[in-house]
Amino acid sequence: MSPRAAKALEPSQTPADLIRNFCIIAHIDHGKSTLADRMLQLTGIVSDREMRAQYLDRMDIERERGITIKSQAVRLPWELEGQAYALNMIDTPGHVDFTYEVSRSLAACEGAVLLVDAAQGIEAQTLANLYLALENDLEIIPVLNKIDLPAAQPEKFAEELANLIGGDPDDCLRVSGKTGAGVAELMDLIVKRVPAPTGDSDAPARAMIFDSVYDSYRGVVTYVRMIDGSLKPRENIQMMSTRAVHELLEIGVISPEPVATKGLGVGEVGYLITGVKDVRQSKVGDTVTTKSKPASAPLKGYAEPKPMVFSGIYPIDGSDYPDLREALDKLRLSDASLVYEPETSAALGFGFRCGFLGLLHLEIITERLEREFGLALIATSPSVVYYVRKDDGTELVVTNPSEYPDGKIAEVEEPMVKATILAPKDYVGTIMELCQTKRGTMMDMQYLGEDRVQIRYRLPLAEIVFDFFDQLKSKTQGYASLDYEDDGFNVGDLVRVDLLLQGERVDAFSAIVHKDKAYAHGVRIAGKLRELIPRQQFEVPIQAAVGARVIARETIRAIRKDVLAKCYGGDITRKRKLLEKQKEGKKRMKMVGRVEVPQEAFIAALSSDDSKAAKK
Amino acid sequence: MHVPFCEVRCGYCDFNTYTAKELGGVSQSTFHEHLIGEVAFSKRVVGKMPELSSVFIGGGTPSLFSAKQIEAVLESLGENFGLALDCEVTLEANPESTTPEYLTEIAKVGITRLSMGVQSFDSQVLQTLDRQHEPERVAPLIAAAKELGMLTSIDLIYGTPGETLDSWSKTLDEALALGTDHVSAYSLIVEPGTKLARQIASGEIGQTSEDVNAEMYEHATKSFETAGLGWYEVSNWGKPSVHNSAYWKSQNWWGYGPGAHSHIDGNRFWNHKHPTTYQKALSDGAPAAGIERLTDRQILEEKLLLMLRTTWGVERELFSRLKVPSELVAQEISEGNLELIATDRIRVSRKGRLIVDGLVAKFLSL
Repeated sequence: MSPRAAKALEPSQTPADLIRNFCIIAHIDHGKSTLADRMLQLTGIVSDREMRAQYLDRMDIERERGITIKSQAVRLPWELEGQAYALNMIDTPGHVDFTYEVSRSLAACEGAVLLVDAAQGIEAQTLANLYLALENDLEIIPVLNKIDLPAAQPEKFAEELANLIGGDPDDCLRVSGKTGAGVAELMDLIVKRVPAPTGDSDAPARAMIFDSVYDSYRGVVTYVRMIDGSLKPRENIQMMSTRAVHELLEIGVISPEPVATKGLGVGEVGYLITGVKDVRQSKVGDTVTTKSKPASAPLKGYAEPKPMVFSGIYPIDGSDYPDLREALDKLRLSDASLVYEPETSAALGFGFRCGFLGLLHLEIITERLEREFGLALIATSPSVVYYVRKDDGTELVVTNPSEYPDGKIAEVEEPMVKATILAPKDYVGTIMELCQTKRGTMMDMQYLGEDRVQIRYRLPLAEIVFDFFDQLKSKTQGYASLDYEDDGFNVGDLVRVDLLLQGERVDAFSAIVHKDKAYAHGVRIAGKLRELIPRQQFEVPIQAAVGARVIARETIRAIRKDVLAKCYGGDITRKRKLLEKQKEGKKRMKMVGRVEVPQEAFIAALSSDDSKAAKK
Repeated sequence: MHVPFCEVRCGYCDFNTYTAKELGGVSQSTFHEHLIGEVAFSKRVVGKMPELSSVFIGGGTPSLFSAKQIEAVLESLGENFGLALDCEVTLEANPESTTPEYLTEIAKVGITRLSMGVQSFDSQVLQTLDRQHEPERVAPLIAAAKELGMLTSIDLIYGTPGETLDSWSKTLDEALALGTDHVSAYSLIVEPGTKLARQIASGEIGQTSEDVNAEMYEHATKSFETAGLGWYEVSNWGKPSVHNSAYWKSQNWWGYGPGAHSHIDGNRFWNHKHPTTYQKALSDGAPAAGIERLTDRQILEEKLLLMLRTTWGVERELFSRLKVPSELVAQEISEGNLELIATDRIRVSRKGRLIVDGLVAKFLSL
């Protein structure tokens, strides 16, 4: 058991062999942020009084949803057998949408704590991240978390972990991020097992950018891992990809608030501030060197993430369009993976077609736009990218279903993914059935332990972005976990289904679906819209159509009566307050022609209710 | 004046009323003394006022008050403010706690108008509503009131679960046969927290659809108008009640008793709800639990909200003062939901009456 380090090592003066760089990889909800909280407390860099849950998660959304979106690097002092060490903990996101962020965080480490919930066992995301860690040659420390839970089965899952990564089940450390049990032992183990960084301190400086965030007061804050040489304040640094030169205004470490230092030496992890205002000028994966003594070759970078899911984002009130543009520009400063371009919809007016890494990324961005910028928005149903070749040989890239050409199509290619699903064996049948209905092809299946199975399927991405995950969860009582990765393109037999309100096509409701599913899709959406759109002063016919052929029809009857019968005395105040609410409600309605369509209709109409039926 | 007692609580009612058991230490027989206390308080607050044009004793079940108690409160109002010569003095009564003898007594102490909670003449409907009376009791009581020279009104409820258009039609016929000066017909509102709401939530009782409700309303409108009872507000027909009209015209009114609301010169305030808390607050100085001062904009919005419910409508100019685009108003006129009267007023059409809340929300949401 080690005490808090009596005297912390000074950054820039710390020998590489006293540094340990590690990350924690875990499935979402397996308690990574809570464990990180305990480490901060145990090492004394956050006092018990200042401690708040999920200290490192900076954004409100991160804390509320309990997920980490942006990685962070914190320097922790620790002492083992009388020797002080500096540990850099690099936090990683735990959601499938952010896999690329995980991989770049891993590149800054020599070791990884593989954290597994002792009540849940290994999940698909754990496997994906473990795979990435192994690819990066990291030392893996298996740890079971939440051993305080009554449902914890540490023996069972230690066995599972040992099967997976080799070694003795007893070597698997058991901790509780909640109570703090075992956390000090884990710190000791990190010092003992994680290799010290190696690098040439006399070589020209090379620092790997593993994250870049925008701070409204300080501009872009760039997180780096020094590989060779050192960097000092006031030096002129150079980005190796662009050759751009900036003056290093500040350099420091996070502990857990930023602390300026006299520099960063080999193996250290910290931040740089140069005064640039756009994260794209400080690109993740780039190599930082000095202008006076530049390195000859950059470090191996990362593949840039490509947007997988597209959605049109529109202000409900058209006059908010400039505000939306400004908000997106601001968000892009801190999120290089967000891409967007202006788009016009006949139904929704001016907006932007935005590309996201996945559905969660989409949700987070729209939520941030609404919350941080006070905008009321409509996000159209998510779509993927299609490569369309027409009969006349012209090719086009479609990211918006309403741009999908009518007829005369030679071939359409749609993106595919390789999905890995982990679940108890009892659910194999259900999962296979679901994957079949989602146009999947099974790749393989293998048992991980006695009762857990890993199933791999090749599926169209479009089926995944729809509501695959929700259905998977509900059909397996929440036991199944999912991870997926890009797997090229396939030719598909696809058609565009349009929705018409009062005979007018509403482009925002158009969807590209498989030919065999067009009818079911049309019937379902028309039915959903009938429920979601309130009765208006006039009758509203709803039709679903493929080309000129109507495949489904519903009618919203005109409103007959909405008046409150009694309006005396105290009713008047109540009625006025109700009116205030109605006014707010109206602001969340979009006029499509003469029809008031609630914001929810745009997304909710596209989620299937099969998942609800399955719960019953 | 709010009399917060009932013999039993009806299943659909969410009014501020209490049975003897729920009242705690509050005595029904001396409750009027508190109301009189508040009359004195109101006099100190408002100072000199024109004589009162209407007194309305509602509830709860005001017919649980004795004629003596009613006499005492009316006397205190007379002493403090004075009652105008043609002052409308209404008492709400329910058939089961009223007798012809009682009516004679209250007429003597100054009640000029009787408003009877009839609700329905269908005993099945009355049972669903938890109403205790037998429908046959109503006609003799109304006849007696008329005999005594009182104005008469009845309240009806439509859209009760299980009520058919046919049953409603029979209720309307019996109601009109009474020959009252005034009728109020309310669609049943299922208030959250009531027994009825629970019964509907559990599926024990079905709910009447918006369309059936609308048909019942239209049927009632036709019957009343044929019988010569003209429409003057969403739920009211016949000789307009001075009292009701005061609410919609945003005149000054003081509500006495637990939970009662008041409106004096753009201030809306309300009393503590429970009789015990009310009594205590009153004896400590002031019965009010809250107050709001309306802004100029709110005053105009309320005016639209309230007056558009009535046959009097609003002056055309109100829309421009509220910055409602004239095209929007014109569109509703062209669709027949609003109508222009005498070039300077606008009111809801027969068709627009039922959707007036939506119209107001639309006008004020821009």
